[in-house]
Amino acid sequence: MTATLQAATPDQPIREPASKVRGMGISQRNQERIVSLLAPVALLLVWEAVVRIGLMDHRFFPAPSSIVETFYYLLFQVSWDDSLVHQVLISLGRVAIGFVIGAIPAVLLGIIMGLVPLVRAAIQPLIGAILPIPKVAILPIIMLIFGIGEESKWVIIAIGVFFQVLVATATGVSNIDKIYFDVGRNFKAGRLATYRKIALPGALPTIFAGLRLGWGMALLLLVTAEMVSSDGGIGFLIWKAWQTLSVEEMYVGLVTIAAVGILSFWLFDFMERKFLPWRNRF
Amino acid sequence: MDSRHDMGPEGATVDSPQILISKLGKSFGSVTALADVNLRIDRGQFCCIVGPSGCGKTTLLRIVAGLEQHTSGSLEILHYDRRKPLNSMIFQEQSIFPWMTVRENVGFGLAMRGQQGAEADDVIQYYIDKVGLSAFHTFYPHQLSGGMKQRVSIARAFANDPEILLMDEPFAALDEQNKALLQEELLRIWEESKKTVLFITHSIDEAIVLSDRALIMTARPGTLKCDLAVDLPRPRQVIAMKGLPAYGQLSAKLWQELHDEVVGAQSLEKIQ
Repeated sequence: MTATLQAATPDQPIREPASKVRGMGISQRNQERIVSLLAPVALLLVWEAVVRIGLMDHRFFPAPSSIVETFYYLLFQVSWDDSLVHQVLISLGRVAIGFVIGAIPAVLLGIIMGLVPLVRAAIQPLIGAILPIPKVAILPIIMLIFGIGEESKWVIIAIGVFFQVLVATATGVSNIDKIYFDVGRNFKAGRLATYRKIALPGALPTIFAGLRLGWGMALLLLVTAEMVSSDGGIGFLIWKAWQTLSVEEMYVGLVTIAAVGILSFWLFDFMERKFLPWRNRF
Repeated sequence: MDSRHDMGPEGATVDSPQILISKLGKSFGSVTALADVNLRIDRGQFCCIVGPSGCGKTTLLRIVAGLEQHTSGSLEILHYDRRKPLNSMIFQEQSIFPWMTVRENVGFGLAMRGQQGAEADDVIQYYIDKVGLSAFHTFYPHQLSGGMKQRVSIARAFANDPEILLMDEPFAALDEQNKALLQEELLRIWEESKKTVLFITHSIDEAIVLSDRALIMTARPGTLKCDLAVDLPRPRQVIAMKGLPAYGQLSAKLWQELHDEVVGAQSLEKIQ
């Protein structure tokens, strides 16, 4: 660099070429946006083409167009009880109830665990023992206790959510910089104020991370529980499609649960922006 | 401030002690952090303790703040006006809550004492204006510079209106210009209320600029020596006063004491 500058005459300094490239055409950011929109569309087109030519077995991978057709059929051409919207509402109701039952006590207990070492010492080993168990494995026991109705689905989802959120909250609280608690003590914050004004908001970013993980877990357990014993919901839809070997309907169920997942994570993003305005935006 | 005691630092020295520390010691396990600390600070006095890092001066401050317990000796703090909180601390690191706005941070002490409403709002606004953050009162800490964050911390302590201010190297992390600016602001606000101040610093300059009285703390174990009166006139201009001959003399005296201490510590290390 220095050498080239020295070689140039004083009248004609060497210009950096990089500064000129930018102004032309589409900005890099927009290019990236277009590509990330076009790539999935292209993939669907290739899929459609490959199935139509006969290179891919339509019994396993039905063409996107036929899946869309089935979508339409399930949305508008069946009775309300069988319709996709109804199934989705049933599933959302279950997962929302289970999630709330699991998450709220987890946040409360997590804060206490994070603040009171004795409580932490008492609960930590229990969590260590229960956390690694795949929650699906206890579904039969839950059904034995709560029956095959709605309650067992709420309970299994709540258990899955509970442990994810509990661990995240306790970690979040115990990772809060000690100085904030010193400030609380110095300014004579009571126990309740310490929970509400310091521990909870300080742990909220980690709690949100735990809620996301918990929600993912909740969707997983929802579909599983609905497959095992249910007469409604997205999991039921997929399972019924398997039993009747209606592959398109399986894909419809798959796309639907994926859409529910994506939309709910957008909702989490929105809530995080709303409840954590103090965080550095990334 | 209570008018009966509003006599300035000189007048108050005779009959109104605020902090009485006698033969105080603190050890963490086998490590003795503080030994035989004796100190009496009177009401309205601005007292600085200067010492190298790791000498235990922060520990002493935390003991006075009630955040830690001493292991020997006695500590007595006199609480004159029961309606006011006894002490508020200004911490060295970033200590304002990231999840609260500037306004909420400044009002934290008041809110904790159940003081809300128009009167509290006025107090909060007054100190936000005082530290020059009027335009930023709805900002969150991540939107502020380091100097602005410490201003919030200062405003939070003053808005709480304690009898004693405890400051733990509040300006240590700031650049020189910001440091001088904030020192001057601190003096200006303090001179309105003349609260008792215990200020910890490693900077001799800072001690002379701010205090009525400067002490040096030695290391391992921490104890106080060289109690020096800083009788420079107030109100003070932080930059201008550095040219005064008296400033130079005080500075030289403290440097000499600190030098002896550092050399002493080094030779001790060599023996060990």
